[in-house]
Amino acid sequence: MTMLDTEVLDAPEMTTTLPAVVRSDSPAASARTVDAQRGLGDRVFFRGVSASGMLVLIIMGAVGVFLAIEAKQALVKAGPSFLTTAQWEPDRGRFGIAAVMIGTVLIAVVAVAVALPISLGASLFITEVAPTWLRSWLIAMVDLMAAVPSVVYGLWGLFFLQGNIIGLSRWLNTWFGWIPLFEVTGADPTNPLSNASVYTASAFVAGVVVAMMVMPIACVVMRQVFSQVPPGEREGAYALGSTRWGMIRVVALPFGRGGIIGGTMLGLGRALGETIAVVLIISPSFKISFHALEAGSNSVSSLIAIRYNETSGIGLSALFAAGLVLFALTLVINFTASWFISRSRSGEGSEA
Amino acid sequence: MSTATWTNDETESLGSLFDEAEVLIVEAAPTTVLPKRPDPFMASQQRRSIRGVSRQDVMTLGGSAVSALCTTMLLFGRLTSLSGELGFAVVGWLVFLVTYGVLVSLTEDRPAVVDKVVTAMLASAGLVALLALASVVIFTFARGWHALFAPNTYTSDLSSSGPLDGLDKGGIAHAIVGTLIITGMALAITVPLGVACAVYLNERRTRVANLVRTVVTAMTALPSILAGLLIFSTWILILGFERSGLAGSLAVAIVMLPIIIRASDVVLRLVPSNMREASAALGAPQWRTVWHVVLPTARSGLTTSVILGVARGVGETAPVLLTAGFTASMNVNPFKGSMITLPLAAFSLVKSPLPSQIARGFASAVVLMVLVLILFTVARVLGGRPVGQLSKRQASRAAAHSADDLRRSMERHAQTTDVAQTTDRSRHKIEVLE
Repeated sequence: MTMLDTEVLDAPEMTTTLPAVVRSDSPAASARTVDAQRGLGDRVFFRGVSASGMLVLIIMGAVGVFLAIEAKQALVKAGPSFLTTAQWEPDRGRFGIAAVMIGTVLIAVVAVAVALPISLGASLFITEVAPTWLRSWLIAMVDLMAAVPSVVYGLWGLFFLQGNIIGLSRWLNTWFGWIPLFEVTGADPTNPLSNASVYTASAFVAGVVVAMMVMPIACVVMRQVFSQVPPGEREGAYALGSTRWGMIRVVALPFGRGGIIGGTMLGLGRALGETIAVVLIISPSFKISFHALEAGSNSVSSLIAIRYNETSGIGLSALFAAGLVLFALTLVINFTASWFISRSRSGEGSEA
Repeated sequence: MSTATWTNDETESLGSLFDEAEVLIVEAAPTTVLPKRPDPFMASQQRRSIRGVSRQDVMTLGGSAVSALCTTMLLFGRLTSLSGELGFAVVGWLVFLVTYGVLVSLTEDRPAVVDKVVTAMLASAGLVALLALASVVIFTFARGWHALFAPNTYTSDLSSSGPLDGLDKGGIAHAIVGTLIITGMALAITVPLGVACAVYLNERRTRVANLVRTVVTAMTALPSILAGLLIFSTWILILGFERSGLAGSLAVAIVMLPIIIRASDVVLRLVPSNMREASAALGAPQWRTVWHVVLPTARSGLTTSVILGVARGVGETAPVLLTAGFTASMNVNPFKGSMITLPLAAFSLVKSPLPSQIARGFASAVVLMVLVLILFTVARVLGGRPVGQLSKRQASRAAAHSADDLRRSMERHAQTTDVAQTTDRSRHKIEVLE
């Protein structure tokens, strides 16, 4: 201790060196002003991208606005009866979307009812059951299914499915004909030689074809959600002795509920707007009918595709009005779907 | 004292063990009581295999499949009046599930039986999806087979072939050319606009940008026929232009635009923000950051989103039907005269009662499918790589670039400040990098 003390005392006197105080009026003191103004390049850049953003907004907004403007004439003329009238005779002033809308919804409901179990099962199979080498293949196949153009499905439905599904239609009608949905007027199940054409060109056949397009869309969303199940919960269930199905039931399905609902609704939105496959299969009719198996149905988009050319003035405006209703319906369904998906615990947006 | 030491060989029950131990504690000095070790060869202690496929699994599956097949054949052929291929498949499947459940329940308990049966159901859902795809592809190929192997299908149009001509005359070349022109023009509109809009959404986080994003998201739900109807009524009826390839590509562009913007937006958002910040910290203006950092980083993802948009646009029938018209002859001028695309050709050709026309329609569908398949494969190969991850060649090019940059900046540094040490170190660094 003493040694240290002496050393300190012996050492030259230590001082704190203060930095030279710079007077505030000297030029070195003023803080460097960070230039808030952007350079010329940035200004041009931001003008450019903002302009493209605005252009997209205008184009996309124009679609909705233009639909409304063009539809106005017909909506004013028809009034509230537009929603309740079944006939489509715009030149006579009697037109409405009651029958067409019911046909659209019927086709979409059949499509979703067929696609939902398959897409749920396939997505669970891909995420939970399939071995790794098979998994990537199946994912590619389902994505490919989503990429196949709708006209190809339409051709398949018209030339292949229509002939092969009559047996199923007849069976459903024979055993469940007492339910209005499966009723077919003019069919005679007791007569094996009866004309099978009452079962063709129906909302049921069109719905099954549209289901081929809905299935991959719903499957992709569900797969994404199921693959985000927290591994801790998954392995926790296994560690407690659960079987695979037990894990799926207790962990995966509750976790993915939002994705299941959202994916199904996205598929429903697609099913409502499908045009070409429906045009190929159904034979158009303007009768309010809930009989899914019966020949003759209609949908808004196929109505537009068939009638766009032979109408003018009020007829075209009426088509726009029908399109507007369809657009509003798909919009509501899609927003609800993304709300469900984003609100689910996985919180992942879909990319469908 | 010998009773106090227990060995594995003794076979008394645990209860009596404790009784004796207590007695021992009272009587004699306390001793250690060893627990009884289980017999290593006891069957109940065998480790249950939870991985892989056992022989029993295979036997059970195969056995129930064969049994279900036989039962269903018996039902359909002999016992009942059931008929039809679809019914056969469904009944066979149900019989299979029941047989499988019963077979599994012979050896397993209830949860395991439920698990196995549900797993079989999930697998069959995957199988149904695959079969559906296979049936669509194979059927389309089969119906278009003869037209596909006639070389004139790809070289000539339908203008000179009469209704009674066979497949050796006339083809769908005009539809192939029309598809390429219309899709190409739609791409020329949507790629610059779509990518610029996605950049806008990512660089400007304002309320307006959010509005744009919401509207674009809403427009992905637009039924494609409405895009066609819009162009039909504005471009053709109000502005008075004739039906042409240009009108068709405008309609297709409206369908493609929201898809491309949405997918690019997602990809751009995945660019790590520290890369943007590093670029900004080096003093780059924002447009340089976007041009030299953000877009190159997201290049593969952007390509994927564009290709997905194209795959969707190529297959659209309804908008083209309303706007581009129908023609049987070759037309390479998109500004004048009707033009036809592959999906539209397929749609209109199969409505004809002539078998040769139907075959040509299926051939167009096959060509369309192959086109989509190629686009899709390219998109998957490019999109398989996550954002910012480079291929080998890209990585070496980037390394060469940064070595070059380092040398340049060091040279400049050496010129301005005369510090020999720094240049030495930098030279060393450059050698290491190279």
